[in-house]
Amino acid sequence: MANNAVPKKPAAGFFIRGLWEESPVFRQLIGMCPTLAVTAQLKPAITMGASVIFVLICSNVVVSLMRKLVQGHLRLLMFTMTIATFVTIADYLLKAYLPEMSEKLGAYVPLIIVNCLIIGRAEACANRQGVWISFWDGWGQGIGYTIGLAAMATIRELLADGAIWGHPVMWDGFVNWNVMKLPAGAFLTLGILLGLSNHFLRKK
Amino acid sequence: MDKLVELVIVFLSVVLVNNFVFTKFLGICPYIGVSSRVEMAFGMGAAVTFVTTLSGVMSWLVNVKILIPIGMPYLKYIVFILVIASMVQLVEMYLRKFFRSLYDAFGIFLPLITTNCVVLGICLFLDLWGYGFLESLVASFGAGLGFTVAICIMAGIRENLRWADMPDCLKGAPITLITAGILTLAFMGFSGMIK
Repeated sequence: MANNAVPKKPAAGFFIRGLWEESPVFRQLIGMCPTLAVTAQLKPAITMGASVIFVLICSNVVVSLMRKLVQGHLRLLMFTMTIATFVTIADYLLKAYLPEMSEKLGAYVPLIIVNCLIIGRAEACANRQGVWISFWDGWGQGIGYTIGLAAMATIRELLADGAIWGHPVMWDGFVNWNVMKLPAGAFLTLGILLGLSNHFLRKK
Repeated sequence: MDKLVELVIVFLSVVLVNNFVFTKFLGICPYIGVSSRVEMAFGMGAAVTFVTTLSGVMSWLVNVKILIPIGMPYLKYIVFILVIASMVQLVEMYLRKFFRSLYDAFGIFLPLITTNCVVLGICLFLDLWGYGFLESLVASFGAGLGFTVAICIMAGIRENLRWADMPDCLKGAPITLITAGILTLAFMGFSGMIK
């Protein structure tokens, strides 16, 4: 967590760290419910990632703005209320412009409210840093999260439907792995991905 | 009598067939984090069951009796969160006053429950499924119980995993997820029970 490496351009540093070094999915292991639930196909995963980016940036900025006003144990409740407000906005935007996706994601959009990633960033970053840094931290963590979702979704969609983004890409006679569509496939994929990322990154 | 059968089906469905942890992926964070000892897992499960039952019923009442009649359903997420937070606070105060030993046992779990996905999840799904009052009561209790069952099974397995010989890179979260995947397959056996 030390910020020593990037003393000159803190905002850019916060942005880049979110992408890989502190990748929410593979490194911090937070916000797992949607990681598992919406990654059966790439499209819903990207929609979910975009909603999370929107909510994360807005809540980071607002929390950072009011960080001097709210102190003590009411803080967490205020964070949650802020997040809930933006999630409501995101939910209604999705319902209006992407009704099909909204139907598919169902209760997982409102469940962004209790996504540990967003509360975690509010507490760990936005509550301590200025607006500019929090804004870029939101972008970094949000995009890092979306990359994680997209990686899961690509693997699952490829193996389950032999397709990516709805376009068939596998050879003729490819047998679909139905298990990847099921919850079991989600758990197994994430477990194996985490294992692989540990294996290749810890060796250094 | 029909009503009773229906309630039993709702209960079984939410505990076994549509278990929140295994099919809806809710409450995964404590599932991965806390579930390394059976007693701890059971304590967490009991606290969650308590809170889901209370907040499921309360949020149903607020949603159906207040928010929908006055035409403000867009406030429901904010209100649900408030209901859950106040329920957790209430339970905490009540236990501290009257059941000191239980309070000490639940310890740090109570405040964490506010952000447990199972609790908000049940409030949202009750709204989505359009359940009535009794079904909501049974389903909220069942959701908590299903969570407890899942987290206790997992803790039991993890206690034994400590002696398993596995590659270093799989230790911790990865093996837990893979185990959960296999458990999910086992739980699919229940899916034939209802329709």
